[in-house]
Amino acid sequence: MWRWGLLLGLLAAPVIAAAFSPYLAWRGPVYIAAGFCGIIGMAVMPLQPVLARNVLPGLKPIRARTFHKWVGGLLLLCVMLHVAGLWLTSPPDMLDALFFRAPTLFSLWGVLAMWVIFATALLALLRRKIGLRFRHWQFAHLTLTTLAVTLTCAHAVLIEGTMETATKYLLCALCLGGLVLSWRGIRI
Amino acid sequence: MTYDRRMFLKRSAGAFAATAGLVSALPARADGLAPTPSMRGGANNYFPDAPLVERIGSGGFWMTGTVRRAGDGAPLSGQRIQIWAHTTEGYESDLHSHGATLSDENGVFRLEMPQIVPAFGQPHGHLAYDSAEFETVFLRPVMRRPSDTSLEAHFVLQPV
Repeated sequence: MWRWGLLLGLLAAPVIAAAFSPYLAWRGPVYIAAGFCGIIGMAVMPLQPVLARNVLPGLKPIRARTFHKWVGGLLLLCVMLHVAGLWLTSPPDMLDALFFRAPTLFSLWGVLAMWVIFATALLALLRRKIGLRFRHWQFAHLTLTTLAVTLTCAHAVLIEGTMETATKYLLCALCLGGLVLSWRGIRI
Repeated sequence: MTYDRRMFLKRSAGAFAATAGLVSALPARADGLAPTPSMRGGANNYFPDAPLVERIGSGGFWMTGTVRRAGDGAPLSGQRIQIWAHTTEGYESDLHSHGATLSDENGVFRLEMPQIVPAFGQPHGHLAYDSAEFETVFLRPVMRRPSDTSLEAHFVLQPV
């Protein structure tokens, strides 16, 4: 139990730290919500390999798998709200990002991460339909999620925003640690 | 064919003459000051014809810079520079975040505005030259640190 508490505490830290950002004072509710959707979406990423591999005690495998799907859905929702909220806040900046003509490199990483996350969701939804063997499907899923996580970390690190620096790097470390966990024992 | 010293000198002289001819044939601007190109995203949340103001909002932050002519680099006075940013007093898209100022006889402009705060990932400002006499230029300078209390941007304008 304490392991779950520790993990959830570590994942909550960057979200709580961002809630104390001085920049929030100069932002409206939509912009603030959009930012937090991005942070929460990233913060749930390290949960995914833990649930998929069910490495922490206390969850039956079937429950862990169900939570994995729910967290995946939550992540997808966060990404969509993040983009929608930023679009409402400054349409030209979001359009520049979506059309790959923004002056900032983190926009490029963010938009690529969004497309990879959409592709991951699509592949997950169509798992039975496309009839891939599980091992092949799993390899494709892990490849996509590895890309998504790496791009998301690159996106977050380059941004000067509401995330506090130390907890941002902590979250990046947890995300990358999750990648190591997810690839452990996978035969290619 | 053998190369002796005379041939070498002859050829060198020819090459030198050809190079000199080529250089002098280029437009005069090439050896002068090149015009400032617009920056990506510079025109975002731009509203044309921001009013000339003493300062934007209650101030506390300085946007400064120069305006010069492409080619000879002569300072340009009386040029209208429009400025806007996400500040402690509003979004880029708020009308009250926008203002304009004129360059002085040395081509220098300074406009006081509220403190710029990071927005869309970077602490940055926007400036525009968008009048008739020269080509339009949009700039988007980024502050070194979010705590900086001034920002510079320089215009080299190309006559229309």
